[in-house]
Amino acid sequence: MVVGKQSVIFDNPPFIKSMASIVGKKEGDGPLGPEFDRIVEDAKFGTDNWEAAESMFQTETAKLAITKSGLQKDAVRYVFAGDLLGQLIASTFGLAELEIPFFGLYGACSTMGEAMSLGAMNVAAGYADYVLALASSHFASAEKSFRFPLEYSNQRPFSATWTVTGCGAVIIGKEGNIAKIEGVTTGKIVDYGVKDSMNMGACMAPAAADVIYRNLKDLSVDCNHYDKIITGDLGVVGRTILLDLLNDRGVDISSLHYDCGIEIFDNSLQDTHSGGSGCGCSASVLCSYILKQLESGNWKRILFVPTGALMSPISFNEGNSIPGIAHAVILSAI
Amino acid sequence: MKNYVEHIEAVEKENYDRYVKSVTPTTSMPKNMLNAFLVGGMICLIGQIINNAVMNFGVDKVVAAGWTNVVLIGLTVLLTGLNIYPKIGKYGGAGALVPITGFANSVVAPALEYKVEGQVFGIGCKIFTIAGPVILYGIFSSWCLGILYWITQTL
Repeated sequence: MVVGKQSVIFDNPPFIKSMASIVGKKEGDGPLGPEFDRIVEDAKFGTDNWEAAESMFQTETAKLAITKSGLQKDAVRYVFAGDLLGQLIASTFGLAELEIPFFGLYGACSTMGEAMSLGAMNVAAGYADYVLALASSHFASAEKSFRFPLEYSNQRPFSATWTVTGCGAVIIGKEGNIAKIEGVTTGKIVDYGVKDSMNMGACMAPAAADVIYRNLKDLSVDCNHYDKIITGDLGVVGRTILLDLLNDRGVDISSLHYDCGIEIFDNSLQDTHSGGSGCGCSASVLCSYILKQLESGNWKRILFVPTGALMSPISFNEGNSIPGIAHAVILSAI
Repeated sequence: MKNYVEHIEAVEKENYDRYVKSVTPTTSMPKNMLNAFLVGGMICLIGQIINNAVMNFGVDKVVAAGWTNVVLIGLTVLLTGLNIYPKIGKYGGAGALVPITGFANSVVAPALEYKVEGQVFGIGCKIFTIAGPVILYGIFSSWCLGILYWITQTL
């Protein structure tokens, strides 16, 4: 059912049947370390280069999600996936061997929200019984693509975030017993003209505020409709901005807000400055800690809002700003 | 009407920019400058020690300066490969960036990173992605100075 301007509430809500998360060593050392399915010590995951390593994260996480669902691979009709690399090479090379019809998505770090939205719509519409949704990022491949070579000696500002090495995957299906996807709110591209590539939180916070506000308006509910409102990777700086922007519109989510980027690392001990970021950040935290809270009934209903900074090194050098995007997924306990 | 809307948008973007600056933590300038002074000074001291040591073998001043550069660059290459130089740079900032060691690091780092893309399209094409501007504009500005020098000499 179409609700308001940007939202959909499913008449036949799809379910999350299984989840899997695999992360790197630094993430495993973080506060959420015990929550993940698997921690890979070797940053190259047994491959020759960072890109192949990220592909391996996708392959292994996808396989693990399928295994945990108890389904045969052939039962999964589509895979919706993405990553941060050019031409989505982590997904392309990571998922080829699955031989499942593939939709490659780019939503920067909001990709998990985009993948789950489209996957859930497909299942709810009856076009698939089960789909796989996943997203990954890798610290080293992201640094190489967007910033500097790893060994280059430079200083990162306090507003900078640390790209999470990891992948999270869910199987969304017509039945399942982890959580229910009640609906989605699809975000707009929001551009407040920020040009600081080292302050992604400031680029993304307006998009997150916009989609959260839109969700509440579309559903005609107040923010206490949710036990938690969970953003992807705003970090410490982005969180401050999000709360302020929503306060300006008369919405106070300070007690409900949870940011995967802030929680995945211990910023003071792990030297991650503003927090974690990347598609793998929201995806891996969702597919571990967050879904476990819903599965156990600790949280009844949450709004999962992965946030992305749509930055390209090319448009950035050409003087363009960094627009933000965020997609909201309403998840509830069964 | 369009101009008015554009004006309002521009004002909003400027306000947002100012607001973002106010909530973003900044580094302490005096502390950064002190660290840069200490690290940069230390690198220069090491250079001087190498220089004096080489001259002790009876090498003349110009050749000794060449040896000093070679040793400093060699050391940086080694420290970059061992992932120690980035840590010095994180602490020392410009103190580690400005000396010849910083330049060496900026050449070695892409070489290491892009090695997997091949000798030609990886290392060959990308080795100067960071140092390139310094080389280009360094040569260009010395060329300009050369012209100026030539003009003042011929006058």
